[in-house]
Amino acid sequence: MNIATLTIDQVREGLKKRAFSAVELTREALEFAQAENPKTNAYLHFSSERALEAAARVDEGIARGEDIGPLGGVPIAVKDVIVTKGVRTTCGSKLLAEYVPPYDATAVIRLEEAGGILIGKTNCDEFAMGSSNESSAFGPVRNPVAPDRVPGGSSGGSAAAVAQGTAVVALGSDTGGSIRQPASFCGVVGVTPTYGRVSRYGLTAFASSLDHVGPFARNVKDAAALLRVLAGRDPLDSTSAFAPVPDYPVDMDGGVEGMKIGLPREYFKDLPSETGDLILRGVETLKQLGCEVRDISLPHTAYAVGCYYIICTAEASSNLARYDGVRYTVRTPGDTLIDMYRNTRGAGFGLECKRRIMLGTYVLSAGYYDAYYLKAQKVRTLITRDFADAFERVDAIAAPVSPSPAFRLGEKTDDPMEMYLSDIYTLTGSLAGIPCMSVPCGKTVEGLPVGMQLMTRHFGEADMFRLAGAYEKASSFFA
Amino acid sequence: MSSSTLVLPPPEVVAKYEPVIGLEVHVQLATQTKIFCGCPTSFGAPPNTNVCPVCLGLPGALPVLSRQSVEMAIRAALALNCQVRPVSRFARKNYFYPDLPKGYQISQYDQPVAENGSVEIVVDGNAKRIGITRVHMEDDAGKSIHEGFRDSDRYTYVDLNRCGTPLIEIVSEPDMRSSEEAHAFLTELKHLLQWVEVSTCDMEKGHLRCDANVSVRRHGAPQFGTKAEVKNLNSFRFLKMALDYEIARQIALIESGGSVEQETRLFNPDTGETAGMRSKEHAHDYRYFPEPDLAPLRISQDWLSRVESEMPELPNRRRERFLAEYGIREYDVQVLTSTRALSDYYEEAASKSRDPKAAGNWVMGDLMGALKSEGKEISESPVSAANLAELVDLIASGEISGRLAKEIFQKMFATGESARAIIDREGLRQVSDTGVLDRMVDEVIANHPKQVDQYKGGKTTVLGFLIGQVMKASKGQANPGAVNELLRKKLS
Ligand SMILES: [Zn+2]
Repeated sequence: MNIATLTIDQVREGLKKRAFSAVELTREALEFAQAENPKTNAYLHFSSERALEAAARVDEGIARGEDIGPLGGVPIAVKDVIVTKGVRTTCGSKLLAEYVPPYDATAVIRLEEAGGILIGKTNCDEFAMGSSNESSAFGPVRNPVAPDRVPGGSSGGSAAAVAQGTAVVALGSDTGGSIRQPASFCGVVGVTPTYGRVSRYGLTAFASSLDHVGPFARNVKDAAALLRVLAGRDPLDSTSAFAPVPDYPVDMDGGVEGMKIGLPREYFKDLPSETGDLILRGVETLKQLGCEVRDISLPHTAYAVGCYYIICTAEASSNLARYDGVRYTVRTPGDTLIDMYRNTRGAGFGLECKRRIMLGTYVLSAGYYDAYYLKAQKVRTLITRDFADAFERVDAIAAPVSPSPAFRLGEKTDDPMEMYLSDIYTLTGSLAGIPCMSVPCGKTVEGLPVGMQLMTRHFGEADMFRLAGAYEKASSFFA
Repeated sequence: MSSSTLVLPPPEVVAKYEPVIGLEVHVQLATQTKIFCGCPTSFGAPPNTNVCPVCLGLPGALPVLSRQSVEMAIRAALALNCQVRPVSRFARKNYFYPDLPKGYQISQYDQPVAENGSVEIVVDGNAKRIGITRVHMEDDAGKSIHEGFRDSDRYTYVDLNRCGTPLIEIVSEPDMRSSEEAHAFLTELKHLLQWVEVSTCDMEKGHLRCDANVSVRRHGAPQFGTKAEVKNLNSFRFLKMALDYEIARQIALIESGGSVEQETRLFNPDTGETAGMRSKEHAHDYRYFPEPDLAPLRISQDWLSRVESEMPELPNRRRERFLAEYGIREYDVQVLTSTRALSDYYEEAASKSRDPKAAGNWVMGDLMGALKSEGKEISESPVSAANLAELVDLIASGEISGRLAKEIFQKMFATGESARAIIDREGLRQVSDTGVLDRMVDEVIANHPKQVDQYKGGKTTVLGFLIGQVMKASKGQANPGAVNELLRKKLS
């Protein structure tokens, strides 16, 4: 058994054949992850006790002859913005350095009910705000593929853990590309489901109307299996959808012949050639699989960055108000209440959070609301309509994830604007709330992974997995 | 202008001005659970025990709107003659305060649950319609406790039990022109909300809180004056005191050549005065925006109709019906509909008896008197409405006299028994035996020759006296109708 390359099916098979017990596997996974962690800083803390208890439950189930569940015994890493009862949840922020939540996120409950083993919490940009994982208060994560480079963000730790092989699958969160971009940078599969497909209950809010919980995996089928477990209506999240959940891993086996794939011309216009070539080679493979490729237009793409950074910062400025030093946040005292607020938030939030809180506060201020927030909502509607129009003509869209592969640590920290602009290809799908994913489609000459983005219409995850699965099988880039 | 220098303007000066008042009233809904989580709303639990991740505003927790809160808000809206919007929306009202754990209140802003209603008030016999601009839903904050702890000089304690309690805010049009009208409006509002069982409106517990927007203008002036918002009017007495003070203050200010500032002022019940709050305390930009954690609230016609069908008859309708159906006086109708419970009681008694008017007199007279002296509510009345109706009918049929009925009523009130049961047990039959009555009447005529002469001389009012004498002789058991008839016959 090579723990670093295990798949969900292999874990389930091994347990069924009694090749190893869940406790043995968990122990080994924890040891491996702890040993590897100094190389990447992917994990902020491990939940050994909880993991071993869960594993023991799986073993007891096996002994009783019960079904082990779709994630039975699978070691899983969870991004540290997703709350875990009794396990520290810092959101990558100094303010929550000591915070131990009294409840579990719905996603965590679901994966444990499916037999999954939560082994640890992964590093991320502070409150999921960033595209490089460099805004974490607990140090950046290094890309396992190229340790002098960023793993992407904000779910950099989860992407790195899966790429490194310290977890079979992982949970991340995506607001404007925070799953797809690190998946692309680390060479793994990352899925942003339809907005409302997975409950947000227990996902620490950054921008509520854009936040998603989604899976990372080393192959499409594992991502599909994890999403199958996570998806579905949750009465605790009013924005979660009632739509039925297909059996994604089983549905993947259908063919893709005749599927119409759109290439949005706006996405390829200014794309650097190396990334562009890799994506187009991926598209070529889709053609060979029998897909019909069409040129399409998403005319409002140019407005996505402005629109996104207004909406997400507005919501963030409100969502982050609760970290005020009154209760669970680390308090920096002051002589008056106002001073305590100022000291706590001044000392606690990192630069990127402060920047976004200020921007968000500004765009919601009296006299500016109509010009910014309201206008941005209108643009969001137009962007959503672009996709709806496109999906009248095509079944799926293929696009780049990021203009470039993983950049060097520190390379863009002084230029937030450039960092924001590099999110352009992932922001649009987030704004429209459609399912999107990144599948590895090759490496640059420097050996850096590049992901291809696939998108489908709302709740079209089954089509998306089918396409990604067929592509994965056909392409030669998978180990 | 400092309050200590305020010289109250003389009445003839005050008379030149017209006050313009609008009220904003916060009402706690009488739900069992909070608006966005399942925590109980019960009062008096130990601090910070009726809480969960949602109402504590913990990271990751999300609100889920309670159906019961919406239905209560709809009831309130219908009672206030408002139009319920088919789609309304929640919005975040952002501000920092230690007892506001999320850093924002979930309220409604541009699309409130209901709009365009009205309430009718009567002041000095004149009816007037006060417009309701809007009714919106929101969650309450917690409570900051500044006193009562050993270290209260240095620390404020926070109790979050109240956090997430459902509230509605009712905003009136600036339609009131005196503190009396404002008082009458708040009274009627409370009456209506209690009537439809939307709130206990207990002001001491903070279930009804009131702020006022006040301005003054010269009579006939086309535009409103600059308004001040007066806060902390948490009793009916304070409302009137504060408004009278504020109106006088503004008039004095204008008369002395000054002008009213648009500001928030706090009423101080100890001094009876209002004082401006430092600008920092109210210079809020709440940065409202639509609450992304909640879908728009859609109230279908079906849902609305169902809630409406579960509503009790509203007081105005009931008053009209009482007038028409039971033939009672306008004033009595007002008394009998002063609470829903009382009107329900009367309705039952009136509909079950042959004499609804008499039933009304019994309810307002003997019953309310007896209840009051024992400190009881109508809901605790030992005399059921059906038993009261039976008593009324026994009088109407002539089986017992009014005087005997009063005695029986006392016994009914003391024991909870029916009139019939008491009559049977105590043998309190009315004397209708003409032989016995004959003798009594003859005796009274013989003993009162002077009154008999007066009667025969044309002073017929003296008959009442003679009837009374017969009743007395019969110890109240004579049938007054029969006595009347017999006396007339014998004296003619
Ligand atoms: Zn609660």
